[in-house]
Amino acid sequence: MKPVQWASLLLAALVALVSLTSLAAVDPLPFKDRAEEVRFQNLTRQLRCLVCQNESLNDSSAPLAADLRRDVFEQMRAGKSDAEIKAWLTDRYSDFVLYEPPLRGGTLLLWFGPLVALLIGAGVVVTIVRKRATGVRAGPPPDTGEDDW
Amino acid sequence: MNTRLLPLAGFLLLLALLGFGIWWSSTHDLRAVPSPLIGKPAPSFDLPLLYEPTRSFGSADLAGEPYLLNVFGSWCVACRDEHPILMREGKRLGIRLVGFNYKDEPDDAKRWLAQFGDPYDVVIADYPGKVAIDFGVTGAPESFLVDGQGIIRYKYISPITPQVIATELLPRIAAMRQEVAR
Repeated sequence: MKPVQWASLLLAALVALVSLTSLAAVDPLPFKDRAEEVRFQNLTRQLRCLVCQNESLNDSSAPLAADLRRDVFEQMRAGKSDAEIKAWLTDRYSDFVLYEPPLRGGTLLLWFGPLVALLIGAGVVVTIVRKRATGVRAGPPPDTGEDDW
Repeated sequence: MNTRLLPLAGFLLLLALLGFGIWWSSTHDLRAVPSPLIGKPAPSFDLPLLYEPTRSFGSADLAGEPYLLNVFGSWCVACRDEHPILMREGKRLGIRLVGFNYKDEPDDAKRWLAQFGDPYDVVIADYPGKVAIDFGVTGAPESFLVDGQGIIRYKYISPITPQVIATELLPRIAAMRQEVAR
């Protein structure tokens, strides 16, 4: 064989090897079309892996995550809606499995807490600015000798 | 109030929040996912027995009497810490101890039990992990206390300790017995 042929053979072997390892890293699911795959990816991205809790079900390589992906896929095939699949999961793993918790009494603070904090902050800023503004109109404050920061 | 102290007050508030967070995470297991199955019937299942894979064993065989379902695997490091406690104090519970061999090679599981001892009254094997998902299992070890009516009364995540047996399991088992007596 010529050196060029050797090189191409080596390259082919390398490509085969790399594609083999990438196959082993994920569990390939037999999607029937692109739309089904997109739906599956979107759904599993909203679900939390119970083992590595900062990873989504879509990203995680934990065995439990693989099992849950298999079950989610089977339920999709069985014609269940996304909401039904989520309910099936929360029946077993509580709201914890959802990255976006449902809006109800116990989660009100979670949903609106940041907004409340923002409003309080805005209120504080507005009062301070107003106070300063009235102070300026009344003339410069008397020099108390303290540092002005 | 002197407005100059406002930033300090804000800082102290943040400090208090940080302190609360540290206290909370040191007294709570943040990885422990709350189980929505407590107070609900245990899922019905049928699984092969570890020692007789051709025979299936399930919730119907367990009905009528309380039991502790203990999820374990030979691959699970924390189970090795828990195992001697179950060997020593498992009988103290006075209920059946069901070993739930989770995602394990049967030969590995048998070797593990031969090496460290078998504290279980019966061992069932869930290799595909389907029934484990019905139970909301997130890993091993985990233990489920199920009463005679098949209701899950309590779930404990992480290795059982003598303290857990004394303060969590035994009082609940005693309460279950009283309910039945009444």
